[in-house]
Amino acid sequence: MDPVKEFDLSKSTVREVNHFLHHQLQGNGAERIEILNPDGGHSIAVGLDAPVEVHIRGHAGYYAAGMNRQAQVTLYGNVGCGVAENLMSGTVWVKGSASTCAGASARGGLLVIEGSAASRCGISLKGGDIVVGGDVGHVSGFMAQAGRMLSCGDAGPGLGDSLFEAVIYVRGTLGGLGADAQQEPMTEDDVAQVESLLQQADLEYDPRQFKRVASARTLYHWNADVEQEY
Amino acid sequence: MTSIPPSLEESYSYNRKVLSYIHLAAERGVYEIRGLGAKRQVPTFDDLVFLTGSASRYPLEGYREKCQTKTVLGTRHAQQPIELSIPITIAGMSFGSISANCKEAIGRAATEMGTSTTTGDGGMTPEERQSSKTLIYQCLPSRYGSDPDDMRKAEGIEIVIGQGAKPGGGGVLLGHKMSARVADMRTLPEGIDQRSACRHPDWTGADDLAIKIGELREITDWQVPIYVKIGATRVKDDVKLVVKAGADVVVLDGMQAGTAATQQVFIEHTGLPTLPAVRLAVEALDEMNMMGKVQLIVSGGIRSGADVAKVLALGADAVAIGQGVLMALGCNSATWTKGQQQIDASPDYASLGVRPGYCHHCHTGLCPVGVTTQDAELEQRLDPAWGARRLKNYLQVMNLELTTLARACGKSNVHHLEPEDLVALTVEAAAMAKVPLAGTDWIPGAQTQNV
Repeated sequence: MDPVKEFDLSKSTVREVNHFLHHQLQGNGAERIEILNPDGGHSIAVGLDAPVEVHIRGHAGYYAAGMNRQAQVTLYGNVGCGVAENLMSGTVWVKGSASTCAGASARGGLLVIEGSAASRCGISLKGGDIVVGGDVGHVSGFMAQAGRMLSCGDAGPGLGDSLFEAVIYVRGTLGGLGADAQQEPMTEDDVAQVESLLQQADLEYDPRQFKRVASARTLYHWNADVEQEY
Repeated sequence: MTSIPPSLEESYSYNRKVLSYIHLAAERGVYEIRGLGAKRQVPTFDDLVFLTGSASRYPLEGYREKCQTKTVLGTRHAQQPIELSIPITIAGMSFGSISANCKEAIGRAATEMGTSTTTGDGGMTPEERQSSKTLIYQCLPSRYGSDPDDMRKAEGIEIVIGQGAKPGGGGVLLGHKMSARVADMRTLPEGIDQRSACRHPDWTGADDLAIKIGELREITDWQVPIYVKIGATRVKDDVKLVVKAGADVVVLDGMQAGTAATQQVFIEHTGLPTLPAVRLAVEALDEMNMMGKVQLIVSGGIRSGADVAKVLALGADAVAIGQGVLMALGCNSATWTKGQQQIDASPDYASLGVRPGYCHHCHTGLCPVGVTTQDAELEQRLDPAWGARRLKNYLQVMNLELTTLARACGKSNVHHLEPEDLVALTVEAAAMAKVPLAGTDWIPGAQTQNV
């Protein structure tokens, strides 16, 4: 049995590829899946639940590797909205840049974006880790509940708006914080966390250059005396 | 005739209700949050009556001639459409807003009656999956507890864009109900006042929705139907957009729908009443030539078999009920049941500053009858077996009333009821439901034929 299985999306459909990944991996012997000519197609390699390597050779559209569990998915190009949305576990690695809502509501696993991520990166994050080699766009980390998001570049305005317990690390400039987000001192534990995230993403920066943004927790209870911007 | 001295004349604009609102606002500095639905008077299905059989139409025999209630949903794209025995489904209500016992009771009753239940904000509990034969998994803006494994265990998926009680608003769950289990399921700190997003985190607008629906279909291998739920506001535009985006089923939630908790200003001042909303949704489907291809479920203040019959006659395929379910389980009852004993709940209502029959304190988590609570002691007041029996009875009565009316209209299938079977008792209802005012052939607002 060939450990490498190849699909060409100029000849196969996304539906055929996903069906194979959901139902025919077991017993097939394939350990590495090559997907050629994605051409910006949507929902490629979504809903996986197997320890398999998937390589998508080109640009992908919306929701690439959405709801992934276990699989190691690498995208050799840029990706559209919602890459690795609701990631449960495993790794999704984007060699290019990502459009809006990267890693939205991810609950586990690791999302690495070597380029930059557009607005709302890490929105509703629920426990996964997101590492962005470049910048993150406006309102990134909106309502992020748990997990970690790290940007090696700059962050757009409204960062961490309405944060819960997620923590955001930014190396460059903060374009402005959202409601209830605050910059906090980096502790030694934060330095270790950043070091670990950088290592996992094969990035080499000084962890002490990063800033920590977390929730001020003033919106956790309805309170007439809090600024009513929410 | 008794005259009212000017010194005792109540202001129309600043009456006692308005004064109370202003005084409370001035005292607290935060808006009122509460549960259940709109209390204001709006045109309802009570304003419609059936023109049943007589000399011109003959009725069917109640005990001898069958009247079908089978309902099939999701025939457009799904490999496995949902087949229900009755057209009355259970609306989405979250574990968090209602107790685990409540979820179990609902699942057991729905399964016995051959209908579906729906999850809610916070994800799927083992109790509801185990007790519900047919379970619809909601995909909500908050994505609390969102899990592809749970999604694949469900018989259908419902993407929630909005709710009738708070169209355009996000979920609210106050700290009293954010128990350790609820908080863990939602990945939130225990005890906080949860304010959820009103928009989905990974799509915006109808073009994106089409792609999102495509993703969910891929994840579930195109097996299960995908519903899209909207709060009734710009109904025609919204229905057309979600149908264009690929929905198998449209769930339309009218203004009288309930909620576990939201701002009172939402409950009383937003959205269309269910009565006009049904007709607008049906028109939208008709204009797209999608009647019979995309199914319509209507919810929001559906209380009785008569309401169900009228909604079906106006063109819907099924209804969903929520508040009625809670009431069947004891909501607003003066007592709760322990074995054979009826225990007086009045002191618990009094501690909330309310009496049975008027309670809307779901938001506090201190439900005197154990329905909308996460309190370990209070939730024991609802025994799942007792609750399941009560809810099954309620569903059974509604279904019997539905078939009674359908037979009287000469229909051997409840889905054959039609607008022609109805007239309206008020000009407003006639205009909204687009059926004639009783005793006339006048439909206010309808194009008149040139003579």
